[in-house]
Amino acid sequence: MQDEPSLSVMKPEHPPKHRKRIWRPRLLILLIPPIIWLSVFLFIPYVTLFINSFWKVDFGTIVHDFSFDNYKKFFTNPLYYGTFLKTLRIAAWVTFFSILLSYPLAYFIHFKIKKNKQLFYTLVIIPLWVSYLVRAYAWKIVLGQDGILNNFLLAIGIIHKPVEIFLYSPYAVILALTHIYTPWVLMSIYTSLEHIPRDVLEASKDLGAGRFRTFFHIVIPLSLPGVIAGATFAFVLTMGDFLAPQLLGGTSSMMVSNVVYSLFGVANNWPLGSTIGIVTLVVVLGILQLTHRLEKRTASFEDGTRGR
Amino acid sequence: MNPIVQLQNVEKQFGTELVVKGIDLEVEKGEFLTILGPSGCGKTTTLRMIAGFETPTDGQILLEGQNVVDIPPYRRDVNTVFQSYALFPHMTIYENVAYGLRMKGVPKSAQSQRVQEVLHMVQLESLGNRKPMQLSGGQQQRVAVARALVNNPKVLLLDEPLGALDLKLRKQMQIELKHLQQQLGVTFIYITHDQEEALTMSDRIAVMNQGRIEQVAAPKDIYENPQSKYVADFIGETNLLEVKILSHAGPGVVLDFLGKKLGGRMGNNQAMAERMILSVRPERIRVSKEVDPDWPFALSGRVEEMIFVGSIIRTMVRLTDGMQIFTMTPSQGKASLVKGDQVWLSWEEEDGIVIGA
Repeated sequence: MQDEPSLSVMKPEHPPKHRKRIWRPRLLILLIPPIIWLSVFLFIPYVTLFINSFWKVDFGTIVHDFSFDNYKKFFTNPLYYGTFLKTLRIAAWVTFFSILLSYPLAYFIHFKIKKNKQLFYTLVIIPLWVSYLVRAYAWKIVLGQDGILNNFLLAIGIIHKPVEIFLYSPYAVILALTHIYTPWVLMSIYTSLEHIPRDVLEASKDLGAGRFRTFFHIVIPLSLPGVIAGATFAFVLTMGDFLAPQLLGGTSSMMVSNVVYSLFGVANNWPLGSTIGIVTLVVVLGILQLTHRLEKRTASFEDGTRGR
Repeated sequence: MNPIVQLQNVEKQFGTELVVKGIDLEVEKGEFLTILGPSGCGKTTTLRMIAGFETPTDGQILLEGQNVVDIPPYRRDVNTVFQSYALFPHMTIYENVAYGLRMKGVPKSAQSQRVQEVLHMVQLESLGNRKPMQLSGGQQQRVAVARALVNNPKVLLLDEPLGALDLKLRKQMQIELKHLQQQLGVTFIYITHDQEEALTMSDRIAVMNQGRIEQVAAPKDIYENPQSKYVADFIGETNLLEVKILSHAGPGVVLDFLGKKLGGRMGNNQAMAERMILSVRPERIRVSKEVDPDWPFALSGRVEEMIFVGSIIRTMVRLTDGMQIFTMTPSQGKASLVKGDQVWLSWEEEDGIVIGA
């Protein structure tokens, strides 16, 4: 910032938020491939989905007869809205557990580990190198009737015959998805912790706050953007997941994507499937909007804290 | 009266590197003491040890006579103004300043009174609701000072607090900080690498170099009586000449400089050795085309360059035997010398200080 005029009344200088848009023909040419790509793979499918959601199915063929019947069906039939609510619940639990696991771990790696910080971080990230499918299958092996967990509990005598509830239950789905998304949440939280300057933590201690109060008053508020970003990630991806419930969930823990999958497949009811897809899309977009705003409001370091 | 801060043989080692090599320092109550040194000399580490962010590997730090080495920063009655200000970005200015009071459990009503008081002190009372991001660098700096003063610390530690400001603002803040310190009577320990800043603000300056304190003295004293070659060179500008001592009577000494006889005086606390260094400030050197009969001695040379820098003229003179000496004279309407002139140089014995090589 420039020199200081009289001290009391001063307008803070804001960095210009929007740069002037410059349209140049060459820029436009560069933009053509992504525009084509986006329209073919995103825009056109969404529009098709949206239009489809208003048609009907008659004896297995789509009738182009505009109506809101599918939406009515979705919001009145517990099979559909119930599954949707259950999916939201599962996503909430997965998000909750992912944060619960990764926050302390990220905090520990960032603040407590002095040597080999990178190694610990990599150890957490390594599971991401393994295919999603393999990780989901691994849980099948662990939780199955003849799985590791059952055999272990049999061996130490806690149970006398294999227990079935481990697998094919919402718990299994929550467990597996938590396992799968925790590294992502951790990365996001870790990054936000890394961005807290050491000086700021020291200033808190200097002013009389011990470790705990520094944590609650400084570390948590300043890492909130990372938590929100990680939570959004876990929540939204869980919302759209259909492999984990397929492999580990059984019929009682079908999620929204499984319903959509069967409507497009076995049931051959594309319009209703499209409707559910659109509702999910709208809800997810709403959540993204919300968390984006929250993230912005809690982000304190966006423009740097120093007026240099 | 006992000094408020005492460092006794304080040492700090990071890994295998000895950063602070056993320093002793006493800071008087109400004093403005500056630790001055180049980057990497250990001055910030020293400050961090006083604040409690680093633990000395050896030695003691006494605060009002009590050893505080094992007391964590949040229980020491000292506060720090950080180089980066380290304001809490998610809190308003008011909340930033009130933080120290909150942590000390001061009741809400007393908090707001005290916060207003300190904000008034740094002339920011109208900006309490802003976030740090919305303030200019100079304003943020004031908030950092206000926040650190809110708990009435016994000592305020300032780690290059003006380093991020531009020159004009920095000069203004120097004066303001000095006034604030005099008004409050709080002891300031101030870190800087800027010698002019140190000379402007301090009651005393401790010059640090490579983990050691070379000299502690009042600004004028440091300038007039440097006790080492490093201090002479670091504070202000000087000419350093390698000399031999021929004879001495009292403080005055007769020196041999490449076969010519020069006058000077022994610096304080200097051991006599065969080879010594003579330090002469450029503004104390007389330059003239003719030798004045009153001069104790004269060196001949040729004007190599004249640089006009506004209020003064810097004249580089190449001595006949090759060494370059520079002088400073107030600029007057007409330049009396031009490049290439044959000139004579001299100075008072008083102004040539002899220090260990």
